[in-house]
Amino acid sequence: MKFAVVVFPGSNCDHDAHYAAQHVLGQQAEYIWHKETTLKGADAVILPGGFAHGDYLRTGAIARFSPIMAEVQKFAAAGGPVLGICNGFQVLLEAGLLPGAMLRNRSLKYQCEHVLIKVEQTDTPFTASCAAGQVLRIPIAHGEGNYYAEPEVIARLERNRQVVFRYTNAEGVATDDANPNGSVANIAGLCSEQRNVVGLMPHPERACEMALGSADGLILFESVIKAVTEGVVAAAR
Amino acid sequence: MTISDDILQRHGLTREEYQRIVDALKREPTLTELGIFSVMWSEHCSYKSSRVHLKTLPTTGSRVLQGPGENAGAVDIGEGLAAVFKIESHNHPSFIEPYQGAATGVGGIIRDIFTMGARPIALLNSLRFGPLDEPLVRRTFAGVVAGIAGYGNSIGIPTVGGEIAFDESYTGNPLVNVFCLGIAAHDEIIKGVASGVGNAVYYVGAKTGRDGIHGATMASAEFDEKSAEKRPAVQVGDPFMEKLLLEACLEVMKSDALVGIQDMGAAGLTCSTCEMGSRGDAGVDIDVSLVPQRETGMTPYEIMLSESQERMLMVVKRGREAEVERIFEKWDLHAVRVGEVTPDGKLRVRHRGEIVAEIPNRSLTDDAPLYRRPMAEPTYIKEAQQLSFDSLGNPPSERDAFWRLLSSPTVASKRWAYRQYDHMVRTNTLVLPGMGAGVVRVKGTSRALAMSVDCNGRFVYLDPYRGAELAVAEAARNVACAGALPIGATNCLNFGNPERPEIMWQFARAVEGMGAACRALDIPITGGNVSLYNETDGRAVLPTPVLGVVGLIEDARTVVRRAFRSQGDTVMLLGETRDELGGSEYLKVVHGAIRGVPPALDLTREAALHRVLIEGASAGVIRSAHDCAEGGFAITLAECCIGTGLGAQVDVPAVTSAVGSNNFSGITTLFSESASRVVVSVAPSAEAQFSELAARHNVPSRRIGVVRGTRVQVAIDGRSTLDESLADVEQTWNTAIERYLEPARAIA
Repeated sequence: MKFAVVVFPGSNCDHDAHYAAQHVLGQQAEYIWHKETTLKGADAVILPGGFAHGDYLRTGAIARFSPIMAEVQKFAAAGGPVLGICNGFQVLLEAGLLPGAMLRNRSLKYQCEHVLIKVEQTDTPFTASCAAGQVLRIPIAHGEGNYYAEPEVIARLERNRQVVFRYTNAEGVATDDANPNGSVANIAGLCSEQRNVVGLMPHPERACEMALGSADGLILFESVIKAVTEGVVAAAR
Repeated sequence: MTISDDILQRHGLTREEYQRIVDALKREPTLTELGIFSVMWSEHCSYKSSRVHLKTLPTTGSRVLQGPGENAGAVDIGEGLAAVFKIESHNHPSFIEPYQGAATGVGGIIRDIFTMGARPIALLNSLRFGPLDEPLVRRTFAGVVAGIAGYGNSIGIPTVGGEIAFDESYTGNPLVNVFCLGIAAHDEIIKGVASGVGNAVYYVGAKTGRDGIHGATMASAEFDEKSAEKRPAVQVGDPFMEKLLLEACLEVMKSDALVGIQDMGAAGLTCSTCEMGSRGDAGVDIDVSLVPQRETGMTPYEIMLSESQERMLMVVKRGREAEVERIFEKWDLHAVRVGEVTPDGKLRVRHRGEIVAEIPNRSLTDDAPLYRRPMAEPTYIKEAQQLSFDSLGNPPSERDAFWRLLSSPTVASKRWAYRQYDHMVRTNTLVLPGMGAGVVRVKGTSRALAMSVDCNGRFVYLDPYRGAELAVAEAARNVACAGALPIGATNCLNFGNPERPEIMWQFARAVEGMGAACRALDIPITGGNVSLYNETDGRAVLPTPVLGVVGLIEDARTVVRRAFRSQGDTVMLLGETRDELGGSEYLKVVHGAIRGVPPALDLTREAALHRVLIEGASAGVIRSAHDCAEGGFAITLAECCIGTGLGAQVDVPAVTSAVGSNNFSGITTLFSESASRVVVSVAPSAEAQFSELAARHNVPSRRIGVVRGTRVQVAIDGRSTLDESLADVEQTWNTAIERYLEPARAIA
């Protein structure tokens, strides 16, 4: 299958997502410059981490206006799998593909460290191969990952089972100690109502090889590869 | 025009230097020319006090592709690739404005690396601050760390390691040294040279403002109580702009359309034009009115001296201009043609066509003043080298001393800092920060590079020659512990005011020691930086010649980490512990003293030790390795246990303390900082093979115990001395720095 890795001028995890898809998982991967207007027949889209346009305003606030985002919107509306990682998640929030917003971490500092997240939903293209309740060890690296949405929105997300990942301890319990940034309800990642758009703050592409300390992130990529090759997700192209 | 003493003083020039300017120009300079001379002849740019000494350092070797004199050095790492690296200081700006000072320090060194055609893949830093109980120091420390994080994280280059130490001497003059390493194919390395008469000179990047004017001159003077007034001389960084420049420049370089390129760092447009011209034996003719400007009404003087960040100067091959402009356009940057290369070897500056400066390039660079400043051995040395145990009184128990050292900020975990740095981006980081040398793999090859920056300023203070040798040995030992062969180094020499003979003596002796050690260990120094005038109100920092060593691991799978790996493994100590508490962390923390003679160093023995570590790693015999540094053996052993939660049970022979009373025997055994020692763990089945390897290289090795349980247990000649819970050890070590900065959170 083929991944499209969207490159905003300040993306800096684009290489990492591309490397994971192409070298670790042996799939096709193509960089798509943000000024382009086609996803070039990709089966899945990754919005990578970084600082899309410097993020001196709100993170991801300008990226939603990049020409490629209209294509991403169309791709998502047609049911194509879209994964927003870290800054990519922030861009999805700004673009309205997922609800809510990011505040600064409650520590008021950038934090880079391994955290534990629990997979709560396995009916998304990026978690289909996970076991329900599986706990993954994946790094975070962000200054603004403190997820916030109004209580009604949170209630709706919970009702619709859109909270895909939650920060937990090793036993899968969402304690305050396990919450690295102050996110409401320990939310680490969400999916859209259609379930094909997934955003998360942790970096699965950094956890694809044991040499780097964890390979727990592989399962997100393996899930979508399986979903696409078995035709479970819509052919959105 | 008459140049008054006042004008000269504000430009940091002496009357004699002024006369040299008149001689070089064969006339009086214009004010713009005076400004240009003043920055190029500043200590920061000209190395006028240090060059005669730096020339003695070893800079060549079979792997060296680029030695000193370019934007960065380069060494061969095999498979047609080069490691391009350098370290640079941003001390003065970081004291005046910690966040921006440190951030722009990171930006500057990154530009030095990609200017060479290399993609930067790792950052390290070496930092010094005063004691954390001072509010001003906490503010500086927090600001510097946030600035390094803010810039490095945004641009997406991981900060994979470094060192931080604390001492009173740095209170008013912190040190911020940043190291960057990049990878380039040999044939892609590009230099900062202007040549080819008629080739266009382009300016690209951020617009020029009034920020940073005379930054280089500021960095060449001491601080006093008025230093805060110098804040306008600190620049403001824009990492997003630098990210655009980085990607655009690397793309342009791939096109082969450039003759040369140089970043505008210290002394901005002035330095880049005259250095590029000088290297190419060419002239450069520019019109400053074409330079994109952020403010209105800037004079040629201001434009030439501005140190606005994120700017580059390029010489483009004739006929390729449109191609280059198109690539920058893609990245929303505008490359502007500001002049051309000329045959006359002069820097000619115009303003709307009218010539405002015309100076032979070489008079600004190679022919800048050179001083052999007077030197004198400082009077403090003989006195400070005396160490009388009797005057120290009775020592605390070994246990008490252990816990005090463990929570000393210099020894404790630097997690509070590196957690704020993105240390994993680019997915190459094989050894996380805080665990010895930083190690990154080189994608597309089987190789990895280990990097370490080190210096113990106390040792250098007590004996500059040996202290500098010890800095080299420690940095090289750290990369060897990871299993890497040291192949190159870069240095950052932080000292006080060179106009004081005793400072100049420290400097000269340290450079001699550094050179001797690098020669003995076969590590060429391919470039670096000198930072002098690190003084506030006449008090100098501890002399701090930091060495950054790069090591090569042929097979990334064999990288060795510092933490113990399996219960039951054998713990070995390589090297010998001697009665060497001089300059130790123990004396500093427990007795408040910087005294005695630094540990002895046998460079032949040190080199042999590295061979044991490298061979043992590549043969897969060594399961973990960690060198003994600040805090001595006991702290090293504790650090080996941290991370994997595996305790150790060891028994070491007592070291007899020579100085009269035997009370210090236990203390010396545990906390002496004897050089050339490493704690290694091996599988029990490999013990004999490892001992044989050490014996073959004539390196003393001793089996001292086993990896066992969840306690740190140390006996001396059978007498139980330490028996501590590893969980408590880890908690204390991890949170010592946090406790100063976030007291409420640490208690919670």
